[in-house]
Amino acid sequence: MSKRQAVVAELPRLRRYARALLKDPVAADDLVQDCVERALSRLSLFKAGTNMRSWLFTITHNLHVNAVYRRRRAPDGQPLTLDVENGVTVQADQTTGLVARDISRALDQLPDEQRHVVLLVGLEEMSYKKTAEILGVPMGTVMSRLARGRERLRHLMEGDDPTVLRRVK
Amino acid sequence: MNTPPRSLGDAELHAYVDGELDEVRYTEVEAWLTEHADDGAKVEAWKRQKAALHAHFDGVLDEPLPASLQNSVGRNRTGRSMPAWMRIAAAIVLFAAGAASGWGLKNWHGNGDLAAIRFVQRAMGAHVVYLPEVRHPVEVGADEEKHLVAWLSKRLGRAVRAPGLTGAGFHLVGGRLLPDAGLPAAQFMYEDGGGRRVMLYVRSGRLGKDTAFRFVNEGDVAAFYWIDGPMGYALTGKVPRPDLLGLARLVYDQLEK
Repeated sequence: MSKRQAVVAELPRLRRYARALLKDPVAADDLVQDCVERALSRLSLFKAGTNMRSWLFTITHNLHVNAVYRRRRAPDGQPLTLDVENGVTVQADQTTGLVARDISRALDQLPDEQRHVVLLVGLEEMSYKKTAEILGVPMGTVMSRLARGRERLRHLMEGDDPTVLRRVK
Repeated sequence: MNTPPRSLGDAELHAYVDGELDEVRYTEVEAWLTEHADDGAKVEAWKRQKAALHAHFDGVLDEPLPASLQNSVGRNRTGRSMPAWMRIAAAIVLFAAGAASGWGLKNWHGNGDLAAIRFVQRAMGAHVVYLPEVRHPVEVGADEEKHLVAWLSKRLGRAVRAPGLTGAGFHLVGGRLLPDAGLPAAQFMYEDGGGRRVMLYVRSGRLGKDTAFRFVNEGDVAAFYWIDGPMGYALTGKVPRPDLLGLARLVYDQLEK
């Protein structure tokens, strides 16, 4: 498989991650597009035999933390837009809709650094080691951010008040 | 330590949820959880979070790529107006001329490519699985070729056949039916006098736009593949590229007749 083919093969995952990160499908695809353009322009820097997925996620991450993408996630409760032109539709699964809506709303409440880890590990199924490489932080940092992010999500999704619980601890 | 720990660290519980523990530790944590409901509830909640993330965002994986992204990965649309056979014929010439490397890159068509890549990956996966089979390399042997072809044609819903490759020194071993992303696919296996095997993987069911003859290799398995209308073909083998190309041409010539 050529390097370019390897990039193309990762696009669905990059789009999924960007969508979860930014919520707004247009902003998400802008991020992926910037990532792809950067990657293709630096394809010669990609070392054969290393992990294309990690490389692309690293680029995406670095772009995301750049000021350009530091815009706020789509406001609470705003439906995901339907992009008719590009045929982008948003899955509305009856059985999972309720929980899924909750998780999306709950993600809004996380600081970026926790959201990155929760999504890379929980959605993209990256190992702690790969996640640490992508984010450029030690593995211990990944684990503590993951723990904090997941606990926060748990309280949010289960309707507990995190401030009360924090006081109890 | 005289007293057992009052609780496992959360870090270890997360590692359990994320498959980061070795087998021994995994089993120990599992046992711990059956006796510690609080930790069990936390672990279940985290698992639900993961499931909810997938439920909410996995749909993106199956969305068509937006046009802007398609453009980014393949600006050059040369050849789209040509019928498939012309592009394939042109590709063969280009490959034969050794001009393939640049050509393949220029001919991306976005989505269709992704489906095609996934298709050829499945074909290569099937190749690797059945390559070492000595006793059961195929379901139906070449001695029952007529039955084999009739059976696979019926299952694929289209006439398929096993092209003859004896001219290149490869004889038909037989074939089998395989699942290909939820649809039936056929695999024909060929072998030469030296025990080298190549396999032709055929699937019926749209995979996107027609594609020209393409070459990929992963590890030491290589494939030539092409999508022609409702059919997808991949010829896979651990043989040198020129040999595989020669075989792919033989296959193509016979299938197009």
